Amino acid sequence: MKKPSISQFLLALAAPVVAAAVSIVISSLAVLASKKSPVEAYKTMWEFGTQAGSLLEVLNTATPYYIAAIAIAITFRAGLFNIGVEGQLRLGALFSSYFAAKFVLPPVLHVIALFLIAMTVGGLWAAIAAYLKVKRGVSEVISTIMLNSLAVGMTSFLFSQYFAEITEGSNNLTTKTLPASAQIPDLMPLLNKLGVEDQPGGGVYGMLLIAIALGIAFWFIVNRTRFGFELRASGANPIAARVSGVNSKKMTFIALVASGAIAGLSGLPTILGDTHSYTMGFRSGIGFSAIAVALLGRNGAIGMAFSALLFGFLEVSSRALELIDIAPETYVIMQGSILLSSVIAYEVVRRYKITLQSKELAKVVAA
Amino acid sequence: MLLTINSKESKKVSVAVELRHISKRFPGVIANKDVSMKVETGTVHALVGENGAGKSTVMKILYGMQRPDGGEILVNGQSVNFKNPNDAIEANIGMVHQHFMLADNFTVLENIILGAEPKQGMTIDFTAARKKVADMSAAYGLDVDPDVLVEELGVGQRQRVEILKVLYRGARILIFDEPTAVLVPQEVDDLFNALKGLRAEGMAIIFISHKLDEVLRVADDVTVVRAGSTVAEVKSKDVTAKQLAELMVGSELPQPTTHGDTRRPEVTLSLKDVSVPTKSGRDLISHISFDLRAGEVIGIAGVEGNGQAELVEAIMGLRDYTGEIEFKGENIDHYTVAHRHDAGIGLIPEDRQRQALMMASPLWENRILGHQRSKPVMRGFVLDKKATIADTRVIMDEFDVRAPGPHTLAAALSGGNQQKFIVGREMSKAPALLVASHPTRGVDVGAQAAIWEELRRAREKGMAVVLISADLEELIGMSDRLLVMLRGAITAELNPKKTTPEQLGSAMTGAQ
Repeated sequence: MKKPSISQFLLALAAPVVAAAVSIVISSLAVLASKKSPVEAYKTMWEFGTQAGSLLEVLNTATPYYIAAIAIAITFRAGLFNIGVEGQLRLGALFSSYFAAKFVLPPVLHVIALFLIAMTVGGLWAAIAAYLKVKRGVSEVISTIMLNSLAVGMTSFLFSQYFAEITEGSNNLTTKTLPASAQIPDLMPLLNKLGVEDQPGGGVYGMLLIAIALGIAFWFIVNRTRFGFELRASGANPIAARVSGVNSKKMTFIALVASGAIAGLSGLPTILGDTHSYTMGFRSGIGFSAIAVALLGRNGAIGMAFSALLFGFLEVSSRALELIDIAPETYVIMQGSILLSSVIAYEVVRRYKITLQSKELAKVVAA
Repeated sequence: MLLTINSKESKKVSVAVELRHISKRFPGVIANKDVSMKVETGTVHALVGENGAGKSTVMKILYGMQRPDGGEILVNGQSVNFKNPNDAIEANIGMVHQHFMLADNFTVLENIILGAEPKQGMTIDFTAARKKVADMSAAYGLDVDPDVLVEELGVGQRQRVEILKVLYRGARILIFDEPTAVLVPQEVDDLFNALKGLRAEGMAIIFISHKLDEVLRVADDVTVVRAGSTVAEVKSKDVTAKQLAELMVGSELPQPTTHGDTRRPEVTLSLKDVSVPTKSGRDLISHISFDLRAGEVIGIAGVEGNGQAELVEAIMGLRDYTGEIEFKGENIDHYTVAHRHDAGIGLIPEDRQRQALMMASPLWENRILGHQRSKPVMRGFVLDKKATIADTRVIMDEFDVRAPGPHTLAAALSGGNQQKFIVGREMSKAPALLVASHPTRGVDVGAQAAIWEELRRAREKGMAVVLISADLEELIGMSDRLLVMLRGAITAELNPKKTTPEQLGSAMTGAQ
C-alpha cells in the first residue's frame, strides 16, 4: 500500500542538494586558491550564463552531451561500461558527414540516411568490443578504451588524408559541405514564434528535438519493455537473469552495439546544425564528459537531461570568468567536484533508504 | 572500553559473559526488548530463536557492532561498553562468522595471522606463527595443514581456519553464528568435537542455531529468545527438541509430511541417460535416468557438491548435457532456459540472493524475473506495471510475505520472507514441474511450514517436484521417492517411508 511519499521525495532531493553544497565548497576553494572571490566568480558566471544568448548556447552544448550520455547509460543499465563513446561518435560523425555529402536524397530521407550511416559506424565499432566481450571474455572497459585511441587516430588520418578538402581562402580543413537536404534546420524560427527574440550569434540546433525523442525512447524501452527489463536484470544480477531465462550474452552484445549506435549520433548536432561538415575544430571530449553526465543523472532520462544542461551551463558561463581574471578551466573542477560529491551523496542516500526500509519492514513484521 | 582480562582461575564456576536486560530499539521497532543470558566459562551455551527473534542483534551488540539502548554487558564480571569489534576483540571475544572471510589465494597460515602478524624486525616471523598455530591445532583438535592454500580446502576445513583465526587473536569467548548451516553431517561431528575441545580448555562458547537436535547434542545451556525477549533459560539435558521448538515459536510445530499417494499416471519429467561431461573427462553428473510423474515428489539426497546443482542446471537448460530430457512427453533438449520456464517448469534456486533476486530492486520488479515473457507481467511487449504490482500484492498476501508493500526493496526483507516471495512467484504460474533446491534452507519455522504447505497443495493438484535438500527430515517427509547422488551418479533409490535420517545419511556418504 506504500506509494512514494513526501518523505521519500525529500529523500530523493537530499542527494543532489548535499552534492551541490559540497561541490560549491570545493569549487570555492579552487577559486580562493587563485586568490579571487568565489562569490564574485559565481555572480559573474550567473549573470553571463543567464543571458538569453548564453542560454541558447547551453542548449547547444547540452544536446551532444545528452545523446552521448544516453549511449553510456544503456550500458550502465546492463551492468556494462562503454567508455568508447568518444571514438564511436567521432567515427560516426566523420563517416556520416563525408558520405552523406556524396549522394543526393530528398530532405528528410537524406538526414535519415546520414543518421543510419552514423549509427552503423558507431555500432560496428562498438561491436568489436561486444564480440570480444561475449566470445573471449575481454573486459569491455579495456577494449573500448583501446578502441578509443584507435578511433581517434583513424579519424585524424582518414580526415586529413582522404576525406578533407581545404576551404578556399583559409587553411581550415573540412569535409565537403552537406547539401541543404542533409542539414537540420535551426529551431530559432520556431522559438521566435514562441516569443523568443533572436540573439547575436545564437541559434538552437535542430537535433535538440532528436535528443529529446531519444530520451523519451530510452525511458520507454528501458523501463517499460521486456527488452529493457532483461537489460536491467542483466545489470542488476547477471546470474539471476541467466537463471530466469535471460540470454545474458545476447543482452551484452545488444547493449554495447546499441550504445555505439546512439554514440554515433552524438557528434552530429554541431555538424548538422552549424558547420555542415566535419571540421578540424570538431569538439573533442564529449564522450568523456558524457560519462559524468550519465553518472550525475543516475542513468535516468530526466536526470541526465538536467545534468547535461548543468554541464552545458557551467561550460558556457565559465567563459565569463576570464573577464575577472580567473582561468575558465575552473569549470572542469566544478564539474569534477559535482560528480564526485553526487556519486558519494547518492550512495549514502541509497544506504540510508535501505536502512529506512528495513525499519519500516520491521514495523510490519512486529505488527 | 579497553579492557584486558586474565582472570580465569577465580572460581570453579565463573560467568564469562552476562547480558542483563539488553534492549535495542530502531525507530519504530524493537529488535531486542529484554534479552538476558549468562554464559559460564567452560560451557557451550546455545542461543536459539526464530529468524527475527533478535538473536543476531544481541550478538552484534556483544561483538561491538551495535550499541545497546539499555541493559548491561558484563565480561568476566566487569561492565563493558564496546564501541566497535576491536574493543570486543580486546576483551577476548571472537566471532566465527557464518560466511567465511578468508583470502582464497593465501595459505591457511597466512590467513590465520593476517592482520595480526608476528613481526621480526621488518619481516613476518613465520616460524613463530607456525609454531603457535600448530600448538593451537593440537590443543583444540583443529587439525588443518597450515601450508595449503585456502582455495583447496573444503567448507569444514575453512571453518576450522576461521576458528583458529579467532583463537589466534586470543579469544576466550567464542561466538558461532549458525556454524552448521554450511556443513555436511560428518563435518558437523568434527566441529562438535572441536567445540568440546575448546570447552575443555575453559573457553566460553556461544552457539547460535536453528537446528535444535544439534543444539541439544552440543550445548550445556540453552537460552531461548522470542520476539526480542528471553523466554527461557534451560539446561539442555532437561529439555527435548520439541519443547525447545515450541518455546521458540510459542506454539505447536509443523512437520514435513505429505498425505497419501497423489501420483498420477502421466510422466511429467523424464531423464534418459543424462550426463554433464567436462573436458577433463570426469562427468559432473553421469548417466542419470528417472521418470517423475505428476503429483509426485522425488527427493534428491546427497552431500553438497555431488552433482545436485549440475542436475538442476541440466533440467533448467543452464548447462550443456548429453542424453535426453523429456517434459510432459516432449523432448526439450533444444529448449532454451526461457523456453523451459515458459513451458511450465518453475525453479527455486539454491542460492536465493544470487540466483533468484535483484536485491536492489523493489519486489514488484523481482516479481517479473523469470516471468518476463508472460501475463500478467507483460501485455505484448510492454510491461504492465500496474498489473504486476497488483499481482505482487496477491503473492505477498497469499504467501504471507511480510513487507510494507510491492515497492519494498528485496534487500530489506528477511531471508525467510525472500524465500516465501520466491516460492510464491514460482507457484503463481502453476508450474507442472517445480525444481526446488533447498526450499526451506535458512528460513524460520513459520516460513518453513508455509512453504511445505504450498508444496503439498500443489502436489495434490498434480505438480511434480524435484526436491533437493540437505535437511534429511525434509527429504524423507516430503518425498515419494528418494534418490541418492554420490559423485554425480545415482547410487541408491530408497523408500522414504522405510528410511531413517541415519540410514539416508550413510547412504549419502556411500558407507552402505
